[in-house]
Amino acid sequence: MSRTQSTFQRLQTEGRKALIPFITAGDPDGELTVPLMHALVAGGANLIELGVPFSDPMADGPTIQRASERALAKGMSLARVFGIVREFRKNDAITPVVLMGYANPIEAMGFAVFAEAAKEAGVDGVLVVDYPPEECAEFTACVRAAGLDQIFLLAPTSSEQRFRDVALAGSGYLYYVSIKGVTGAAHLDFDEIARRIPRIRAVAGMPVGVGFGIRDAESAKKIGALADAVVIGSRIVEEIEASPRAQVCTNVETFMRGIRTALDELAGVPS
Amino acid sequence: MADVQQQYSLPDSRGHFGPYGGIFVSETLMPALEELCAAYEKYRDDAAFIAEFENELKHYVGRPSPIYSARRLSEKLGGAQILLKREDLNHTGAHKVNNCIGQALLAKRMGKPRVIAETGAGQHGVATATVAARYGFECVVYMGSEDVKRQAANVYRMKLLGAEVVPVQSGSKTLKDALNEAMRDWVTNVSNTFYIIGTVAGPHPYPMIVRDFQTVIGKECLKQMPESFGRQPDAVIACVGGGSNAMGIFHPYIPYQNVQLIGVEAAGEGIETGRHAAPLTANAKVGVLHGNRTYLMQDEHGQIIETHSISAGLDYPGVGPEHAWLKDSGRAEYVAVTDEEALDAFHVLCHSEGIIPALESAHALAYAIKIAPRLSRDKLLLVCLSGRGDKDMHTVAERSGIRF
Repeated sequence: MSRTQSTFQRLQTEGRKALIPFITAGDPDGELTVPLMHALVAGGANLIELGVPFSDPMADGPTIQRASERALAKGMSLARVFGIVREFRKNDAITPVVLMGYANPIEAMGFAVFAEAAKEAGVDGVLVVDYPPEECAEFTACVRAAGLDQIFLLAPTSSEQRFRDVALAGSGYLYYVSIKGVTGAAHLDFDEIARRIPRIRAVAGMPVGVGFGIRDAESAKKIGALADAVVIGSRIVEEIEASPRAQVCTNVETFMRGIRTALDELAGVPS
Repeated sequence: MADVQQQYSLPDSRGHFGPYGGIFVSETLMPALEELCAAYEKYRDDAAFIAEFENELKHYVGRPSPIYSARRLSEKLGGAQILLKREDLNHTGAHKVNNCIGQALLAKRMGKPRVIAETGAGQHGVATATVAARYGFECVVYMGSEDVKRQAANVYRMKLLGAEVVPVQSGSKTLKDALNEAMRDWVTNVSNTFYIIGTVAGPHPYPMIVRDFQTVIGKECLKQMPESFGRQPDAVIACVGGGSNAMGIFHPYIPYQNVQLIGVEAAGEGIETGRHAAPLTANAKVGVLHGNRTYLMQDEHGQIIETHSISAGLDYPGVGPEHAWLKDSGRAEYVAVTDEEALDAFHVLCHSEGIIPALESAHALAYAIKIAPRLSRDKLLLVCLSGRGDKDMHTVAERSGIRF
């Protein structure tokens, strides 16, 4: 069983929800990323989405765009991200790591090289924002051959047919984008999410996470009541951006603990 | 016709031109693109739609644009005859408006009250603002903050036309970043907004839609050439940034195997310096950007790099996927000319014909000037003069050390 599967299975047994933070590798610098990942886990993360910075992050709002720019300015690259995961794995063999980013750095590296290097480094899954299932069959084959999960997004605008197609192509978990817009935007429509999630679950055959726009314990708890996992990105990146370097890990861990506590209040509550 | 060869029917139903093109966007945009595909399928052959498009091109844009024989220039070069397809005479001064009208008519039928656009030098932004005023749409134009500074006159023109111009501060603060920002707006406001993309790039169906609306250029040439010059040209030459004017004039000529198609990219300070905007000529690596797979200016890690050209309209790291396909298939050839060569051609046309060309179009002209002397006098070179150069006064004056 994969790390991701056993993580979700363990949480389900405990009646708890997965907390999935996102940070950009290399933000604020490469040396701090591994300590930050451990801080995320100490604060209650069950799986980490690690952003691979790209020069043209079309689906991201200003917060994650800036994180990408900071990371690239410090020389972060896909090859160096593997080094970060390898380092993280020395002290954490349990927490799954999913690389999240855009197609072009992977295209430049080559699919097979990427998949092998990711596996070897201890990566568990990959989410490529601008690879819809129908455009990446060859990539998906390489990823599967290496035993990695490929995670796909679903959106409020997606049709029921689309739910089924995407569910067939993906593994690990499905990531439901909770708003029409870019990462970090506001205005969560909980009623809409409450209507959508059961329909996605009916065809998913795997856990469903919700992200984009979740900013605090209250919204995390509301989403946690509906889904298997809560994804928080921009709010954590803001915390990193606003903290003095020496305080980054402590502040992020404190923020995470607040969300974790709120989510665990849901323990045993059926969704 | 004897020299018409096989039918050409690309792209496929998912927008692929061989290995290029496609739909590489986040899931949120998929339904919007499917909606656009469906609308275009419905109207592309609709008689009323076509009639309205043609009527607008005739009475609002001033089409057909003439083909002008640049006799004094050809005399001076002493070789092939240079003919200019005068897109500079269109309303708003460039070919961009052809496509904007087509997309605006689609937006109207799809019931979208708001249009957005990206712009580099401002020509597509001005054309979009123009049609938005013409049809009564709310209009927002995204423009890199560096370009806002360099193109103050065009920013003012867009505002005069009632558009809101949003300076984009991210990334390199130029055209590619404006495109990213327009995509973000579209993702957010997809239900009431139509994104008018200005070139033959972006996700399917844009490369096909923009091409189809721009083919009016080439279709007119097919008719005008035999009428005025007794036959089709030996070569068609057009500048290529994203490549919309080139696709527009090339596409109807693709089956005419005797007509050479030549795309001219911006070599900037020289291909060998790395400071250029010529992904096809430089054989850049293939990758994915802005929703399609194509040749891309990028570093070894797959990050998109800054491009360089004196002409803002050619300053783009990618190129339309159909051009990538035409290059690989050998049906078109791609070359590049430097800033200096384009500037020389700019001045030559001013002096010899009394026509001030856009710096973009001056690239196509520069290549024609380069090859004409080596060809015999009975050869015909058809150059797409895609726009007029009024917008470039400041750039050219600065190069000559003149300040207004």
